Amino acid sequence: LRDLESALQQVDVFETPKIKLEQYPTPPHIAARMLYTMATTYEDVEDCTVADLGCGCGVLGIGAAMLGASRVMSLDIDDDALETAERNCEEFELETMDFARLNLVEVAEEETNELGEPVLAPFPLRERFDTVIMNPPFGTKKNAGIDMLFLRRGISIADRAVYSLHKSSTRAHIAKCAEKWGVQMEVVAELRYNIPAMYKFHKKNSVDIAVDFLRFDCTAL
Amino acid sequence: RSCRPRMMRLLTHNMLTSHVKGVKNGYPLILRVGELVVQEVEFNPDFIVRMLPRLDWPALVQTANSIGRPEIPAIPATVPEQPESNEEFLRAAHTLLLEVHIKEGEMECPESHKVFPIRNGIPNMLLEEEES
Repeated sequence: LRDLESALQQVDVFETPKIKLEQYPTPPHIAARMLYTMATTYEDVEDCTVADLGCGCGVLGIGAAMLGASRVMSLDIDDDALETAERNCEEFELETMDFARLNLVEVAEEETNELGEPVLAPFPLRERFDTVIMNPPFGTKKNAGIDMLFLRRGISIADRAVYSLHKSSTRAHIAKCAEKWGVQMEVVAELRYNIPAMYKFHKKNSVDIAVDFLRFDCTAL
Repeated sequence: RSCRPRMMRLLTHNMLTSHVKGVKNGYPLILRVGELVVQEVEFNPDFIVRMLPRLDWPALVQTANSIGRPEIPAIPATVPEQPESNEEFLRAAHTLLLEVHIKEGEMECPESHKVFPIRNGIPNMLLEEEES
């Protein structure tokens, strides 16, 4: 675990983070802990295919590749993030990673499904993955609900499990949705997530927020 | 030291499809290769065997033939029986899926003709507002 964490500390982060996309890098110690648990407790990494949704600088996918995932597909909407992620992947000489730029949370306008949720638009990737990992935007500011769209997209392409980080304050709501979607949700860990002051509107140097590390079992779908 | 160059592989191409609004037959994307490099990748036969059911083999064959370059290995029109014990086949599939790297190029939707560029090895599947 310590080796993984110190390796992930070498991963470069956003040069100019974009608030619109809620770009916050996943701290290396949290990324390492997530991946280590996924790999050892659940055996969802080694020899698995993994998708990293909203990969940003790529730290989660890079960690998955280091832990022996047979294929890692890192996806993001932002060109600059993907450039950084790919540079990181090159640095680590990882042969199993691929990248694509696409919109993970595109919705079909004015349509809702039987649960009253927005309908996700057709997706340009037909691939299914054993495991999906993500640190989605938390859906604050103008992005309300985007965390749930990420989650639904992840569940729609995962054969085994989806791993995700969410604000603990949203746990009850997510649990209710998971039940409706027919997936088993488990709180793997409660974390303190330190968001350093990266943007101008941040008044304090950093804030600690309570975050859940969640696992969604998709095998029943 | 040698780094893996930034490039898209045919495995990824096989998984991508056009999602332009209203398109019914947006697959496979027509691939036009600018720069192509064959870069050695560690052979993992188990991985190829496990990916076979997830691949669209006819689309892969069609794409491989359309590239028409000497670096492209010959592959059979259909997956042979018991591929797991056919090393020659697995090695050819491995080269085609994982070692053929496309650095620059583009992919065209066969129905709407929307072009998806590949820049620095990253396919860009974003749509304009009116296309989604």
